[in-house]
Amino acid sequence: MTLMKTLLGATASLALTAGAALADPALIFDLGGKFDKSFNEAAHNGAQRWGEETGGSYNEIELQSAAQREQALRRFAEAGFNPVITMGFAMADPLSSVAPDYPDTKFVAIDVTWLEAPNVRQIGFAEHEGSYLVGMMAAMASESDTIGFIGGMDIPLIRHFGCGYAQGAKAVNPDIEIIANMTGTTPEAWNDPIKGSELTVNQIAQGADVIYAAAGGTGEAVLRTAADEGILSIGVDSNQNHLFPGKVLTSMLKRVDVAVYDAMKAGEDLETGVFNIGLAENGVGYALDEHNASLVSDEMKATVDAARQQIIDGEISVASYYENDSCPALTF
Amino acid sequence: MDFTTALQILDSTVRLSTPLLLACLAGLFSERSGIFDIGLEGKMLMAAFISAAFAFTTGSVWLGMLAAIVASMALSALHGLASITFRGNQLISGVAINFLAAGLTVLIAQNWFGLGGRTPSLETGARFESLTLPLADSLAGVPVLGPIYAELISGHTLPVYFAFACVPATWWVLYRTRFGLRLRAVGENPAAVDTAGVSVIGMRYAAVAICGLLCGIAGAYLATALQAGFIKDMTAGRGYIALAALIFAKWRPWYALVSCLLFGFLQAVALRYQNIELGPITLPGQFMDALPYILTVVILAGFVGRAIPPRAGGEPYVKER
Repeated sequence: MTLMKTLLGATASLALTAGAALADPALIFDLGGKFDKSFNEAAHNGAQRWGEETGGSYNEIELQSAAQREQALRRFAEAGFNPVITMGFAMADPLSSVAPDYPDTKFVAIDVTWLEAPNVRQIGFAEHEGSYLVGMMAAMASESDTIGFIGGMDIPLIRHFGCGYAQGAKAVNPDIEIIANMTGTTPEAWNDPIKGSELTVNQIAQGADVIYAAAGGTGEAVLRTAADEGILSIGVDSNQNHLFPGKVLTSMLKRVDVAVYDAMKAGEDLETGVFNIGLAENGVGYALDEHNASLVSDEMKATVDAARQQIIDGEISVASYYENDSCPALTF
Repeated sequence: MDFTTALQILDSTVRLSTPLLLACLAGLFSERSGIFDIGLEGKMLMAAFISAAFAFTTGSVWLGMLAAIVASMALSALHGLASITFRGNQLISGVAINFLAAGLTVLIAQNWFGLGGRTPSLETGARFESLTLPLADSLAGVPVLGPIYAELISGHTLPVYFAFACVPATWWVLYRTRFGLRLRAVGENPAAVDTAGVSVIGMRYAAVAICGLLCGIAGAYLATALQAGFIKDMTAGRGYIALAALIFAKWRPWYALVSCLLFGFLQAVALRYQNIELGPITLPGQFMDALPYILTVVILAGFVGRAIPPRAGGEPYVKER
């Protein structure tokens, strides 16, 4: 045991010295996994881009269970990685206990904005603003005046998405009906394609002809079912238009890739504090490319771009679900 | 709730019940022969992955199905080897199979496709398409019965019809054939069967093999009919719900149909209505998800009838003491 301790201590100090010289960044993916085609994959893309441009290397881990969060954080911090980038709101609690123990390490928390920690860069996205824009597009594309929203795990963040979406849709068509469902209340909801498909079929049966999926890995099943059934869908986080060309109306972009890229680029000189990035900073937006060009009319684009500018200028204010834990346009 | 909504919920019930029903009948064969099988979940998961992987590589859903059956039967053989030949603890062997499948599927998927433990999406031809039964379109106009035929009975994938056909087939095999009689006897009193000159080991292996076959089809249904591809842990506890349904059905085929339809119905309702308002109280959707397990506990506790498992269940057969 003593020998083991000595060995471990030696390895740790070795790693620390090595870290001090190199200080590679580290990236912790959340439970959806690196290739969820959505939230985590965006982070992966950002990190890859940084690697290709700078030739730098980084370490990463895909969490397999909630219990690994703190363990992974400590291991990376202990090994001298800097900054340590974490994905998702669920890292808030582990961060609040780990970050004070490593004052010289900088942490990045994506989707966390409420921690009191001097060495954490907390990045929140104005998802409601981006969702507002795709909600407008959904309402304009809908012929049945019924649109759907399928969320992943039922958490305030996902309601925040749905709330912006509903406000956008109502801004275009005050009489539009919005059907909102959540896949579940546990982290498994991010990876439950069967439930996702079944909810999609249900919403279509209730008349929805555009469905917005904010459900991590489950979202792909929603998009595919929508494509199979011949209705439009809206992707989330990453640009998902290419998954089913001509069937995905647009994707609500959340530029997690840019946030990760910037953090890695800044390296140890990273600025800490709370950052909220929205439409003005291009932190959120909607995707337009060759896969959905035929679906988005000029009129649609003009309306949405005008609304985007109005939100930036403060002429339209999109209510945030967080403000009083309720949504003016949608009840969940 | 109007007629169309009811029809849609029942339609959804049929789709969601199918994997439960196949797995439940699989467990029925195994447990009726005296081999408890906690590993239904693992076998389905492995079959789901193998079917998606082979269907994607070969482009043929049938080859995927075949490979899934082979993989599931291989796990069954492992369970048989551990619990029949080596007389190990059946529950532990089953749990081991679940863990093995949960880990292996993701590992192989990552190594094979490099997509983080999932398979690529399957294209048409590599997955089961829904079948339109004859006359479904022309009869759809008939009041009441027309929509029931066109929406509820027609328009499912092939494994769905197979699963429902399995119920009378299972009943017939168990209660009307010599094989079935021996199978049931092996689960109740293996010594008597042995005295009659029938191989207990052979009967139990046959039962476990049928269990593997049905689990294979259930898994392939999940990945190539209900979905178009494999995602890690996509069975999401359906193997356990099937076990609960088996107990609820008191190990009988027709009751299994009823209990699987009931559990499928509960899932369908929970998906359609996230909260159910019953006058003054509101039931959260999670309650519906938990209801199958609650009902099983109620049945096991003996409040509603009694569920008596096969007498020799869980015990390895030792010829001489």
